[in-house]
Amino acid sequence: MNLQAIGKPLARVDGRAKVTGAAHYAAEFNQPNQAYAVIVSSSVGLGRIASIDTAAVARLPGVLAVVSHLNAPRLAYNPHKSGIDPPVGERLHVLQDDLVRFYGQPVAIVVADTLDRAECAAAALRVTYEARKPVVDPRDKQAQPMAPAAYGPVEADNVRGDPDAALAAAAVSVDVSTDIGRQNHHPMEPHATIATWNGEQLTLWSKSQYVANEQAEIAAVFGIPQQNVRVICPFIGGAFGTSLRTWPHVTLAAIASRQVGRPVKLVLTRRQMSYTTGHRPRTLQRMVIGATRDGRLTSIIHEGMGETSRYENFVESLTAGTDFMYSCPNVRTRYRLVPLDIGTPTYMRGPGESSGMYALETAMDELAYKLGMDPIELRRRNEPTIDEGLNVPFSSRSLMQCYAAGAERFGWAKRTPEPKSMRDGRLLIGMGTATATYPALQFPSSARARLLADGSAEIEVAASDMGPGTYTSMTQVAAEILGLPVGRVRFSLGNSDFPPAPPHGGSQTMAAVGSAIRAACLAVQNMLVERAIANPRSPMHNAGLDALEWVEGHLRRRGGISAEQSYAEIIAAGGGAPVEATVSVERDPEIAAKYSMHAFGAVFVEISVDPDVGLARVRRALGVYGAGRIVNPRLARSQCVGGMIGGIGMALMEHTSLDARDGRPVNAHMAEYLLPVNLDIPQLDVHFVDEVDPHVNPLGVKGLGEISLVGMAPAISNAVFHATGRRIHELPIRIEHLLKL
Amino acid sequence: MIPFSLQKSTDVGEAIAAATAGGRYIAGGTTLVDLMRDEVERPGRLVDINALPLKRLQTVGDTLVIGALVTMSDCAAHADVQRLQPVISESLVEGASPQLRNLATIGGNLLQRVRCPYFRMLDAACNKRDPNSGCSAIDGFNGGHAILGTSSSCIAVHPSDLAVALIALDATMRVRGPNGERSFPVEELFRLPGTTPHIEHTLQPGELIIDVRVPSGRYARRARYLKVRDRSSYEFAVVSAAAALDIENGTIREARIACGGVGTMPWRMRASEKALAGRPADRATFEQAARLALAGAQARSGNAFKMDLLPATIVRALELARDVS
Repeated sequence: MNLQAIGKPLARVDGRAKVTGAAHYAAEFNQPNQAYAVIVSSSVGLGRIASIDTAAVARLPGVLAVVSHLNAPRLAYNPHKSGIDPPVGERLHVLQDDLVRFYGQPVAIVVADTLDRAECAAAALRVTYEARKPVVDPRDKQAQPMAPAAYGPVEADNVRGDPDAALAAAAVSVDVSTDIGRQNHHPMEPHATIATWNGEQLTLWSKSQYVANEQAEIAAVFGIPQQNVRVICPFIGGAFGTSLRTWPHVTLAAIASRQVGRPVKLVLTRRQMSYTTGHRPRTLQRMVIGATRDGRLTSIIHEGMGETSRYENFVESLTAGTDFMYSCPNVRTRYRLVPLDIGTPTYMRGPGESSGMYALETAMDELAYKLGMDPIELRRRNEPTIDEGLNVPFSSRSLMQCYAAGAERFGWAKRTPEPKSMRDGRLLIGMGTATATYPALQFPSSARARLLADGSAEIEVAASDMGPGTYTSMTQVAAEILGLPVGRVRFSLGNSDFPPAPPHGGSQTMAAVGSAIRAACLAVQNMLVERAIANPRSPMHNAGLDALEWVEGHLRRRGGISAEQSYAEIIAAGGGAPVEATVSVERDPEIAAKYSMHAFGAVFVEISVDPDVGLARVRRALGVYGAGRIVNPRLARSQCVGGMIGGIGMALMEHTSLDARDGRPVNAHMAEYLLPVNLDIPQLDVHFVDEVDPHVNPLGVKGLGEISLVGMAPAISNAVFHATGRRIHELPIRIEHLLKL
Repeated sequence: MIPFSLQKSTDVGEAIAAATAGGRYIAGGTTLVDLMRDEVERPGRLVDINALPLKRLQTVGDTLVIGALVTMSDCAAHADVQRLQPVISESLVEGASPQLRNLATIGGNLLQRVRCPYFRMLDAACNKRDPNSGCSAIDGFNGGHAILGTSSSCIAVHPSDLAVALIALDATMRVRGPNGERSFPVEELFRLPGTTPHIEHTLQPGELIIDVRVPSGRYARRARYLKVRDRSSYEFAVVSAAAALDIENGTIREARIACGGVGTMPWRMRASEKALAGRPADRATFEQAARLALAGAQARSGNAFKMDLLPATIVRALELARDVS
């Protein structure tokens, strides 16, 4: 039974729906008699609301309600934390008091019968504040770093050996300090929620990467049973992590709907997308590496600091990669948080690793130059045989294969290492490389498989598809296991009525949801086997389990040429009712403890720099990844290209600038928050090395979404040095950094 | 959006009368609608001029006559523009995005409002939006702001690429208002902010741009527009330069230079032009002349790099113009 659905470059099963508009996104589920809510955001960065003049606005045409802390319902805000919520602290309670904690915090909502009227009334609402100056810069003297409350081994301070002594004794060392600016996700689709109450039942059509948690979170906020909340989100127009958590606007939409007794739509403006829906935190890092003259690392000290809000400790794996990336007997990693008067940051594509690996891989490149050694050779000399941080073997690690294949495909040998030594006409040319990594996560997931009377299959999981192609790849997994053509499998996601999935983030959807679907398909097959064995009229009657096998959706005796039975036949024999199984799957904890599980990759970039006007442009890039089994090479390539483009943005463009006086994001606009446009995206090449990982999960998959962004920024930054001889330790690298070369 | 009324006009006289009575002209709407959505602009009455007969682009002798309602796309693609004044095409194509260029008009392009972020945020002080409320940019985020023509009231940079090219080419414009018609150099359309940054141009109430006229000259063939910015498209200039050179036997007879991204209005660099005349068209000459562009420049905390980038951009634009084959 092998249609080889897995591994085929199947086109997106939902592609037609997307390009014809048949795919409906959260804001498109318009309801009869729907009203519109607009958020009024705080115009100060810290303080208290002194007054809100609601009376004048309440009289404006079409206005149905003005809700602020003065008249909002007191919400339960029962304790609730999922894996994507910060482990320490308490989420923002919206409209519950007069405190302003950061610029842009919602202070009121205006609900009207049309969007225009709601906007008009929101603009007219006069709010006064008693304002204080916020602290929004981690370098501000008033900013106090703190150790995050213990969370887990990756976040805690780690030491092995004696890194200080080893550094003092090192023949060669580098000491790098980096500053990576705050970034916002800015997906094409804004956050949007349509809320409607039917008695005590709340339905939310809401953009979410984690509908199961949105259901649980809103139930906790309103103090109602989880089964009273239903969350529906079949399509996502990009998210990059901003829709993992459930942010205050979902609560606001539900408040508004309850207040006016009508369905209410709430869509954030592009400006509001920079306020309360998380961001990649600004990070300050120091990376010190000591080595012998022949390039053996003897000491690594990595001190990383990320901003967080005053009310929650957002932690990410900033220093985690340093613990295991290279062989080194003396390593110390330290992670600190700087609470500021800002909204809580959140995971953004390649969270933690993309920032942390920027520091490590920049320092490695600098060390290679100090040693006069090829940067790939330096990494080869320090390739570990095991995870030296955890002292366990890797489940698989193909980093050296990635470098070898990448160097060949990219033409690395043509690079002359001397800075400023390569030119194309008057342009300076630089080639840079860097390592990428991301953990191969797999949180528990469940799935339902149902075989129908016609022999086709339905699969249901409360999973999400923000772009990687979940609809398609999961259809392929089910088709493969069930031995059906992909057209006979219908996969549904994005509904909290379905069996819960973990968050659609952390590059684990294929591992977690795919494994659950596989198990559900096997379970439903087993149910049919048992029916066939028990049925006296079946040719499989009384057969031993081991004597039977499934071949292309038909059950038969192993090795035999006797009669076979299709799904439809077995179901018909049982009366024709669909047969379904719902199962939950998690990674075997024993295996999880035995191995260090990560994907690895090598990234190569060629840039040009205009020496007169300081313009750096990526000319070509190659990402080579060892990420286990590739379920759909077409989708995998597309996913990696997307991540690499995100890396170009991180390296050269993306930065949310905060005004230090009041904490306002000044470029909360698509014209001024720069993302790469087509002209900035050159030839991007993606290659996967063959990697068989028997430990990571039964499908042997590791995930690609996060890792594909991770190595780009350091590879670009290293290429900038190669082109110009100038090290920029700040991201994004802009024109102003590259003048007067 | 704040409610407004919309009047569609098919006759120039009728449109002018409506605007004189307090209506605001709207053509492509790519600036105005954007600002209305942000509630920065709150016109009570709009006069839609898209049906007016101002869409013609013609050549009179060697002079281009561009109707005010010609779109950026149509103007950029027009064979006469590409033949006679290629730098206008180049400046247009470097501006905005294809979607915007398909809607935005030549007249509207010249009247587009500034991109200063504080101008677009109602809760920030801005003398341009709200006279005498203060300038948030001077002590705030000002990396994109002007170094030339600034005042203690406003340092916002004029965003048009087209205007930079037109000013370098000594283009003129014809406007019609309640008191008849007049013509003047495009450069005179713009005003320095001084203490009245909310008054951005010299049009009188009700005046409507009819067309823009671009005379030709020997410099027109060797003309380039260089726009320097952190991303390759859909970004306003960090610094830009339109440069045109009339060169004979390696010697510059006449030079035209105007710059964007640096001034509170598109900025003609006459001192640099003068320094080039009669000199060899080489890099050393260009560098000397480009330094003169900084006369009177004043940098702020975030935009000091423009003091280096402005002369560098002029030098490169001059080289590109010289090397036109």
